[in-house]
Amino acid sequence: MRLDLILRVGAKLILPFILMFALYVQFHGDYGPGGGFQAGVISAGMVILYAIIFGVRAAKHVAPPRIVEKMVPGGVLIFAGTGVVSMFLGYNFLDYTGFAHDFLHAHEWGILIVEIGVLVTVCGTMIAMFYAFVERGRT
Amino acid sequence: MILAAAERAGTVEHAAGAAAAVQKDPAMAAVTANAETFVMMILLTLLAAITLAIIRQRNLFGVVILAGIYSFLMASVMIALDAVDVAMTEASVGAGISTVVLLATLYLTDSVEYPRPRSVAIPLFVSLVVGAALAWGTIGLPAFGIADAPIHTHVAPTYIEYSKKHEMPPNIVTAVLADFRGFDTLGETTVVFTAGIGVLLLLQGGWRKSHNSRRDDEDNELDTDGDEA
Repeated sequence: MRLDLILRVGAKLILPFILMFALYVQFHGDYGPGGGFQAGVISAGMVILYAIIFGVRAAKHVAPPRIVEKMVPGGVLIFAGTGVVSMFLGYNFLDYTGFAHDFLHAHEWGILIVEIGVLVTVCGTMIAMFYAFVERGRT
Repeated sequence: MILAAAERAGTVEHAAGAAAAVQKDPAMAAVTANAETFVMMILLTLLAAITLAIIRQRNLFGVVILAGIYSFLMASVMIALDAVDVAMTEASVGAGISTVVLLATLYLTDSVEYPRPRSVAIPLFVSLVVGAALAWGTIGLPAFGIADAPIHTHVAPTYIEYSKKHEMPPNIVTAVLADFRGFDTLGETTVVFTAGIGVLLLLQGGWRKSHNSRRDDEDNELDTDGDEA
């Protein structure tokens, strides 16, 4: 583990771009391929790559298990909460028409919020599973 | 079976090319269709070869790597079929996350497969019957890429018309997933959530215990696999 200089430097160069790509996939999902699920997996992959190369302890500073565990149900709550909010605005469950002044913007906002919910759950689940596997191996 | 699928894809690509040729330059359309058919046949042949390699391989580390290659090839197939969203998911989940999880599993268990069980007759019979049933099932499917298949005539035109009318985002896949069928996607997110909770419970043995062990980890963790670089 001490001699992998190229791996470490290479990973440090690549990691920010992986996160950048995940955010691009997330926020550009309306226009290009991708969406919350893909972005969540890619950003979880970034944390896992970091953990593989720099150690799980360093990765837990980046993505603390306490937060990761709350992300797993948090995304579902964001998603379902969006539906509840749209019901309070007088529309059907998950009908985003009430979120903004016109139809198009309201639905863009709705899709974005819901995709963030998907991202949070998927990313949290993947990282939490990885941590669970790694911790199991230590004992 | 895979080769049969390749042949079918090939003939359908020809049919699609012939249909396009009516509208555009015929020679150009034929060249495009042939190139696509060629790429598809190479990809599907490689998939078959990888599958055979996975069957023959006894070292599970090799199997995991081959499965990752299989997923990447599958992602390429999806790109060739113009399903970029699915290709992205396949590449990131199939080749990325599941490879990592399978490697972690190998680390926890063993990386060499046990010797073959006494008889291969029953497993061979079962897989042949299942394979035959699947092949028989494909006979009833509409031809690959055909425009008036039931899936294209049911609700899809409504979605497309509706997004056009309201000038919704150009990637209709996202609009369908998060807007038209938002309730389905909520269910899918819940499935991911449930599966994740299940895996965590299985691996950590309950929340209470995991919280305690994590406290211990943070207090007196001797870092063996990493350092401050």
